[in-house]
Amino acid sequence: MEMLYYPGCSVQYTAKMYDTSAKAVCKKLDMELKELPDWNCCGATTYMSVHELVSHGNSARNLALARREGADEMVTVCPACYITLYKTNEYFQTNPEFADMIRQGLKAAGLDYDGGLRIRHLVDVIVNTVGLDEVEKRIKKPLEGLKVACYHGCMLTRPFGGFDSEERPVILDRIIRSLGAEVVEYPLTAKCCGGMVTNTESSKTIPVVAGLLRAAKEAGADCIAVACPLCHMNLDFYQPEVNRYLGGDYSIPIVYFTQLMGLAMGLSQRELEIGLELVPSDKVLGKYA
Amino acid sequence: MPRSELRTKTRKQKLSPEELSDTFLSHVYALPDGRKLDLCIQCGTCSGSCPTAYAMDYSPREIFAALRAGMLDRVLFSNTAWMCTSCYICTVRCPQQIKITDIMYELKRLGIKYGYTSPSTRSAAMARIFINITNRLGRNNESELMMRFYMAGRWGDAIKNAWRGAKMFFKGRLPMPISGREVAGLSEMRKIREVLERLEEQKAAEEVKH
Repeated sequence: MEMLYYPGCSVQYTAKMYDTSAKAVCKKLDMELKELPDWNCCGATTYMSVHELVSHGNSARNLALARREGADEMVTVCPACYITLYKTNEYFQTNPEFADMIRQGLKAAGLDYDGGLRIRHLVDVIVNTVGLDEVEKRIKKPLEGLKVACYHGCMLTRPFGGFDSEERPVILDRIIRSLGAEVVEYPLTAKCCGGMVTNTESSKTIPVVAGLLRAAKEAGADCIAVACPLCHMNLDFYQPEVNRYLGGDYSIPIVYFTQLMGLAMGLSQRELEIGLELVPSDKVLGKYA
Repeated sequence: MPRSELRTKTRKQKLSPEELSDTFLSHVYALPDGRKLDLCIQCGTCSGSCPTAYAMDYSPREIFAALRAGMLDRVLFSNTAWMCTSCYICTVRCPQQIKITDIMYELKRLGIKYGYTSPSTRSAAMARIFINITNRLGRNNESELMMRFYMAGRWGDAIKNAWRGAKMFFKGRLPMPISGREVAGLSEMRKIREVLERLEEQKAAEEVKH
């Protein structure tokens, strides 16, 4: 199976291990991620803060390019890209006035969009298209004994729901459990990490990040599995500040769910780029490599 | 990068509080489902759910109250909209299905457009830099983004984060801060932008008439 893939800006550099591990895992699942040619930034949460329609227009260019490739579906790994593209698509499909304006913009650039694309996130594709039974078939080294807190974050299921609950998603739990690992009870799984605000005003949002790390640690987790480059950044990068804020050691490695999948499928740490995180995961993941 | 990126830009168009409320309403009404704003029952579900409400000058519920009281200028000068992380929990929980996150975006846009932004917020500067980069390159360059943000008066953060930043750079997780255009279809993006900027203005102007 081949799927059109929208990588997004973050996975080119800061989250390159997400891109690498996602591609490696998809290959094991007999799925090839074909990059959308000449994709542009979706605008994330930031462009929208200055221009509404233009932001949707940037996002819509990607949708138009995908249709030009003849695709019905496009998959992305970054929840911010996912929700931004999804939102433009959703408004396009349900609001004729909005669609008309977007099409006028695209037309000026010699492009067009018919609203026929479906935007998907990789977790949805893995669970609902590939199937967890296919994942289980490929497990070579089950992650027995590894306790994982699955952190879904905001934008995987909000605001549109789609493939899981907006308030208490479990889709990552299901994936991680299929790898033989133990999923700890993690009530804050869909609470926000502060998003981009943590990068601009970290002093104000450290309590949010601290709450997430402490809850995972107190639940007995060895690591936190995430599906979002910004969640990874915020939870991984700001641990020194959190430790200072809480006055204790709450360090915990943050890994992408695709890295754990790859490990269980027998891929090496190198192939999954494990080790690029700031809080090292050797102690907890070393024995599974 | 000039420090002015951080400073509140005072434009020629200064609006009175009444004009500001009208402009805001016309913009919000022009959004998909924007009319639902009128249905707010002041239940406070949004404020109770918001992960960053504790750091906001006014909570989300208070914004809707302030709007009705004609005090939108005070709202815009507060840090509230800029503390919104866009996590959509309020939007999902609102019993009146008001798209609160979309309204927060509208507040940010108005603040930037008319020069009303909280002096305490740095996120507005970040947004301007981000847009400059994506318009120029077609994609975001995270190194350039953070460097320009630090250079616009956040040297403390730059020093605090330098070691971790360097580690990321040597792990190959940060691009060179200077890069050429990354998208061949930059002119396509520019054309889309020109048309939609014009339509955005037209749409809001039509709402005012109604």
